[in-house]
Amino acid sequence: MNRQIVKLFGLIVVLFGVLVGFTSYWSVFEAEALKEKNANKRPLLEQQQIERGRIRAADGTVLARSVPKGSGDNLRYVRRYPEGALFGHPIGYSFVEEGDSEFEQFHNDELVGEDSEFTSILDELRGKRQEGNDVVTNLDPEAQRVAMSALEAAGFGAVVAIEPSSGRVRVMASNPPFDPNRIPTELKELNANTFETPLLNRATQGFSPPGSTFKVVTAAAGLDSGVIDLESTIDAPATIDVQGQPLANSDGASYGAIPLESALTGSVNTWFAQLGEEVGSDTLFEYMDRFGFGSTPAIDLPDDQVERSGVYEGSDLLGRGDPVDVARIAIGQERLLVTPLQMAEVAAAIANGGRQMKPQIWSRVVDPDGRVTESLDPAEYSQPIDEETAATLTTAMEGVVDEGTGTNAAISGVPVAGKTGTAETPFNESCGGGDLNQAWFIGFAPADDPEIAIAATVECTSSFGGEVAAPIFREVAEAVLSGD
Amino acid sequence: MTARNRELTALVPVALLLTAGFTAVFAQESERLDNLSLIYGAYFLAVCLATHLYLRIRLPNADPYLFPLVALLTTFGLVMVYRIDADLARDQANWFVLGLLLFALTIHFLRNYDVLERYRYTIAGVGLLLLLAPRLPGIGEQVNGAYLGVALGPLSFQPAEFSKICIVVFLASYLREHREVLIVGARRVLGVTLPPLKHLGPLLVVWGASMFMLVFIRDLGSSLMFFTAFLALLYVATGRFSFVAIGMAMFLLGAWFFASTVPHVHDRVEVWLDPYATPQGSGYQILQSIFAQADGGLFGQGFAQGLITIPGTDNALLPAAQTDTIYALIVNELGLFGGCALVAVYLLIAARGFKIALLADDGFSKLLATGLTAVFAIQAFVIVGGVTRVIPLTGVTLPFVSYGGSSIVANFVLLALLLLISDRARREASAPAPGGLALEGGR
Repeated sequence: MNRQIVKLFGLIVVLFGVLVGFTSYWSVFEAEALKEKNANKRPLLEQQQIERGRIRAADGTVLARSVPKGSGDNLRYVRRYPEGALFGHPIGYSFVEEGDSEFEQFHNDELVGEDSEFTSILDELRGKRQEGNDVVTNLDPEAQRVAMSALEAAGFGAVVAIEPSSGRVRVMASNPPFDPNRIPTELKELNANTFETPLLNRATQGFSPPGSTFKVVTAAAGLDSGVIDLESTIDAPATIDVQGQPLANSDGASYGAIPLESALTGSVNTWFAQLGEEVGSDTLFEYMDRFGFGSTPAIDLPDDQVERSGVYEGSDLLGRGDPVDVARIAIGQERLLVTPLQMAEVAAAIANGGRQMKPQIWSRVVDPDGRVTESLDPAEYSQPIDEETAATLTTAMEGVVDEGTGTNAAISGVPVAGKTGTAETPFNESCGGGDLNQAWFIGFAPADDPEIAIAATVECTSSFGGEVAAPIFREVAEAVLSGD
Repeated sequence: MTARNRELTALVPVALLLTAGFTAVFAQESERLDNLSLIYGAYFLAVCLATHLYLRIRLPNADPYLFPLVALLTTFGLVMVYRIDADLARDQANWFVLGLLLFALTIHFLRNYDVLERYRYTIAGVGLLLLLAPRLPGIGEQVNGAYLGVALGPLSFQPAEFSKICIVVFLASYLREHREVLIVGARRVLGVTLPPLKHLGPLLVVWGASMFMLVFIRDLGSSLMFFTAFLALLYVATGRFSFVAIGMAMFLLGAWFFASTVPHVHDRVEVWLDPYATPQGSGYQILQSIFAQADGGLFGQGFAQGLITIPGTDNALLPAAQTDTIYALIVNELGLFGGCALVAVYLLIAARGFKIALLADDGFSKLLATGLTAVFAIQAFVIVGGVTRVIPLTGVTLPFVSYGGSSIVANFVLLALLLLISDRARREASAPAPGGLALEGGR
């Protein structure tokens, strides 16, 4: 019988080997996939036991903090947002049942103090509980407040303000806002509100045609590729024929042969449409790519909450070689859809001598002992145009504010460069089908030493960009400049 | 070194582990630190020492490693149960003492365990009666659709734990007597070796009993455990793999039939195959068990760091953490390494048990040691396999670790029998030629 006993023991060894194999599979090899499962609430429950770090504005104002509930085994932390709806975008929210979004989601690892398994073992041996880090942002509460109240007065829309030299995001406002404190009780209602879509961050997800603000990109492509220079003139009649359809100036006037500066100041459609055709769609697409169109902006927000700007056919992005009406793209129409963040990046790139910086909301990470463990190292995203082109564009854009369509953006004593835009959006269902516009203003100030670049947009308005968006630019720019 | 001195030496790391374990729990939950809990450690060590002294007197030649290994498991179990609920740990400690008492009584009264052979049919009858008890009106208890427990006044216990010993004793005795005829009388039919029909009767009774358990007790785990142990014994006794194959086929056939007709068994199998179909319902326990393991990783969350209930509520995040899913909690808190260490301890116990069977020189002792070891190892496999989704999850306890009086007490009786066999085998092996017949190094 001894032979059989040894064999039986062999079988037991194999069976126990299977147990070790399965345990390894669940606890190590399959662990990450299991943590992603919807039915698995453990990762969130465990995070809830960690005191998540605070999120602060640039001036130290607390935008999000965790408050303890219960004690002992039942101790858990719940998120509070002292500023309420003001920073609903772009801070987002983080709750166990409802999940997380925006800045809270993107910076989750820093906020919960996620370390590697090895360091957490060391912490455990030292009896240290996992603690979250604070994340300080570049956001300016005063300017954000100004932006929100200006938007609330004007209508639904968004404002993005970026420091051109560093890419620091100083303002990101979206109207209608939402109060993250109310997410646990109202998430369903907020999600169901498909008319106002308060959970949509219009600054990064709100699509609309850029209208005449896009002429800045067309001009940049024309200048930088050498198709035109500051003196080149193009004859701009009241109407031209493009692909069998008339394309007219908004004021119906004929301008004759004029250079770039006059064309931009008067926002002359027929001038830029012809420039677009001269530049050609391949070159225009190339410059759009350089400015970041067609790619997800390199901002510190979750990719699925940041849209790519570009020419869309349904949900597909068009590019070089696709059949498009380049003349109408050149004036910001056709199927071109952009986000306020993208347009702010265009303005910031021109302001920064053609060097486009990665837009970043965060500034530094501070550990529970008050040490700065990481801080933002501004990085260049691309150099879409050279310094000379940027300088020429700046001069032209100053003309827009000094004597053109953007005079409402002027700040006394500070030179301002900018461009208005008014896109007709007759098919926009959220405007109730009415004959309303998407109003835009992009620009930067001071024009000679730019500190802030801003894109402001208002949807479903009967006003023009110069009337409704330019004043928002001025108010926000003044708030940022006075705060520095 | 003598066997008993080796046992004493082996108890030292167990004592250290116990102290370290309780210290870890205290360190994590400082508010729970009170004198009473510190007394646990001392109390436990004193009891182990007393048992050791008792073994020194009564069974000087018995295997020196089994008791320390079992003490290690019990320690581990006590610390885990203490970490879940201090009151449960107090119960568990009392059960531990009661278990040792029965352990001592078994050794005292069954020194000549051959007497068991004489009463084998009585013992088999008691075993079957015990299995039937949970369905008896008045005393039977139903837990999660299975009839596992018996309540006698304030006392409630799981008879299957004791029944398994009775059945193993019966099978060992019966097979010792009939193994020759089972081998010799076997004939080949259609290329398959079949056992002689007239000696098969009692064995069919065992098959019937395990099927009965499936249908009436609805205890899939115990059924699997009993029948696998039966097949293991049949194989060791006859050396005929074909008997095992036929038995396995019969079991699977029966299990398949009942799995499709008995709703409780059917559910357990469905949940095993696709727990994600009912993540909040019947799939909850196995899914949460696996999620708990996923959270453990290599090193685990640390003692007392894992989540058992959903914070702020009394709702279980890991249902039955102190019994069925204790292995998942161990992997959660001590990681893959902790889980593997535990499996290794069970494997070492199995190795010592089979070693005893190898050393024993009479058929009954060999088969009894094999059967007891097999049923113990398979029980560990059934519950750990259930928790890790190797097989359907059932309500079997993890021997010596899970919270539960019946399990601890019954397994201490099992241990006593193993040590009795070991003592005799090693005494006989060393007696005729002192120092000459070294069966084990270091003697």
